[in-house]
Amino acid sequence: MPYDTDPKLAEYAHPERLVSTEWLAQNLGTDGLVVAESDEDVLLYDTGHIPGAVKVDWHTELNDPVTRDYVDGARFAEICAERGISRDTTVVFYGDKNNWWAAYALWVFSLFDHPDVRLLDGGRAKWTAEGREMTTEVPKPERVDYPVVERDDRTIRAFRDDVLTHLGKPLVDVRSPGEYTGELLHMPDYPQEGAVRGGHIPGAASVPWARAAAEDATFKSRAELEAIYRQEQGLAPTDDVVAYCRIGERSSHTWFVLSHLLGFSKVRNYDGSWTEWGNTVRVPIATGPERGQV
Amino acid sequence: MSTQERRTLPPRLAELVEDFTDVGPSDRLQLLLELSQELPGLPARFADAADTMEQVHECQSPLFLAVEVDPGEDAAERGVHLFFSAPPEAPTTRGFAAIMHTGLDGESAADVLAVPNDFYTALGLSQAVSPLRLRGMAAILARIKNQVRVATA
Repeated sequence: MPYDTDPKLAEYAHPERLVSTEWLAQNLGTDGLVVAESDEDVLLYDTGHIPGAVKVDWHTELNDPVTRDYVDGARFAEICAERGISRDTTVVFYGDKNNWWAAYALWVFSLFDHPDVRLLDGGRAKWTAEGREMTTEVPKPERVDYPVVERDDRTIRAFRDDVLTHLGKPLVDVRSPGEYTGELLHMPDYPQEGAVRGGHIPGAASVPWARAAAEDATFKSRAELEAIYRQEQGLAPTDDVVAYCRIGERSSHTWFVLSHLLGFSKVRNYDGSWTEWGNTVRVPIATGPERGQV
Repeated sequence: MSTQERRTLPPRLAELVEDFTDVGPSDRLQLLLELSQELPGLPARFADAADTMEQVHECQSPLFLAVEVDPGEDAAERGVHLFFSAPPEAPTTRGFAAIMHTGLDGESAADVLAVPNDFYTALGLSQAVSPLRLRGMAAILARIKNQVRVATA
């Protein structure tokens, strides 16, 4: 599929990872393109979605049902095959809440190194705000072949032990300020997901993920993003960065911003995040608004 | 849920549980979606006074709840009325609220308090919706019961 040549997107380090609503509207229904909706709410897709879009649910489909892990290569191949996604398909993800869950789904697809994955800039909110077409008709894609690809857990994913050896290098905590300081054990207005200690990983910068989103749910411009992550937080594109949140979903959004929009070369998402770290015996924790000593 | 326990459910709630268990997992989602569309809007006295409603923080999307209990001598027999507000972009949360509304609105305080706290497990939604999201349902019932207890104390 051709890339979107929208001038706003062209400013980003990897404009090929984003499409505008206009590009998507022009290209809907093209062979080789599958649009996938990923939402926090499991029913939202069913109330209406972009015509032809398939649904990928982060919770019930991308997670292994037993082990706390993502699906394996065989299951992933099945998820793609039944949605009409082959290895050379362009997959455009979009969803609710500033593409929060769409970015997560895109990150999981990236663990399997699916070559052409893109996000719809502005997500579901912008598409509907522009009065673009929605439908409740669920597509019935023709099944295609998808190879069983081994998941790569080294390049863009970090585990607890990786984070322990990473201490002292850049970490970005993308949760809310109250979760960062340790005042809250979960997101404001969200269920408690069982962390027995509050605070953050020592040395982590606090940059709530949604700071990267503009009012209309699109990503902020490259200059605005550079001002936050580079000037304000002092991160450099050559840094080895680990991002984390509570279960790794919000930090997928930040992973997308740092690696695809700002061109950082080594960014990993620690999906164990606070629900693992905050329950682990004898790992270091910092509380309060300061980054803390390693 | 045992037959014995199901008998403690008010009739319309028991019927809903049966509707859910009679169909397969994907039809359960469809049923939840239909229920979410049937959730009644708020009467004007709440629409203008949203701050008098209680937020169910355990739900993934904002849900507000109000409970009114009819006047009466016998606390256990007083009728319970439920009011919910949740945005259209939160259909799952609206569906949970609609289950409570369809199943419990108008029942007596004693019958509402007798609903087992884990009744929702019988709906068979954990596979289709995920256990995490289902926690919201437990919280709605707990908060309804608390308000009924306070109002009938």
